[in-house]
Amino acid sequence: MIPLSWYLIVAAFLFCIGLYGVMARRNAVAILMSVELMLNAVNINLVAFWRYENPEQPVGIAWAIFVLTVAAAEAAVGLALIISVYRNRDSVVAEELDTLKY
Amino acid sequence: MTPQQVIFLIIAAVTLISAMFVVTDRNLFHAALAMMASFFGVAGMYVMLEAGFLAAAQLLVYIGAISILIIFAIMMTRRLMQSIESPFNSQSVGGLVAAIVSFVGLLALIIIGWPDANFQGAAEVSSNVLEGSVQQLGIALVSPDAYVVPFEVASVLLLAALVGSIFIAWPEKKES
Repeated sequence: MIPLSWYLIVAAFLFCIGLYGVMARRNAVAILMSVELMLNAVNINLVAFWRYENPEQPVGIAWAIFVLTVAAAEAAVGLALIISVYRNRDSVVAEELDTLKY
Repeated sequence: MTPQQVIFLIIAAVTLISAMFVVTDRNLFHAALAMMASFFGVAGMYVMLEAGFLAAAQLLVYIGAISILIIFAIMMTRRLMQSIESPFNSQSVGGLVAAIVSFVGLLALIIIGWPDANFQGAAEVSSNVLEGSVQQLGIALVSPDAYVVPFEVASVLLLAALVGSIFIAWPEKKES
């Protein structure tokens, strides 16, 4: 018997690890990986609430599937952007990508 | 402690410790491998929540596709794999503070919002309901009064992402 709050706490912790990674990492690929961790944390919450609150309706799983789809699309476009930036600027450090700033 | 709780704690520890490696490891390739381990832990959590279809989708999409894509990107951008400089930027302390503050906030929200969630497990559901959930999901994804519009939009989104990423990553033509 596992209480619902255990899942919620694990998901919150995973989300905050991802949040720290997004804010603190220099490398754009690492930032993208941290975003994936945050999306996974959200999915754990969705599935946990589906199982504990309303297992008769597939609402939670359906939304988790959509989150999965959007994460796949986001990873593909993000990595294409990173490769394009690397080709032009020879760097993927997020701090050095400041052309729009000036 | 029941065996289920022990298994849950092991899975949670694998997920969270490898997630910490993802955000702190200097070597990006190792970080990507740790991310695969973390995704595997999340898949295990789906299994514990009796969402087998989602666990399979997690294995296929995250571990099979997204991780491999990220590893390819790491390998195609040289000098990333052995970086000697710090992996963190100047706001890493602020980021740590913000992450801790938001974790405490979420924890307070969980304790206030679900005060009885500490004590009760999942409601007993007959196995018919859980085994039928994949079928229900399939019906719901294509039924007009459920998710058919988000489903179609998701397919358009995937097509747009496919075309867009090919277009962005295409080598620029040399002007002759």
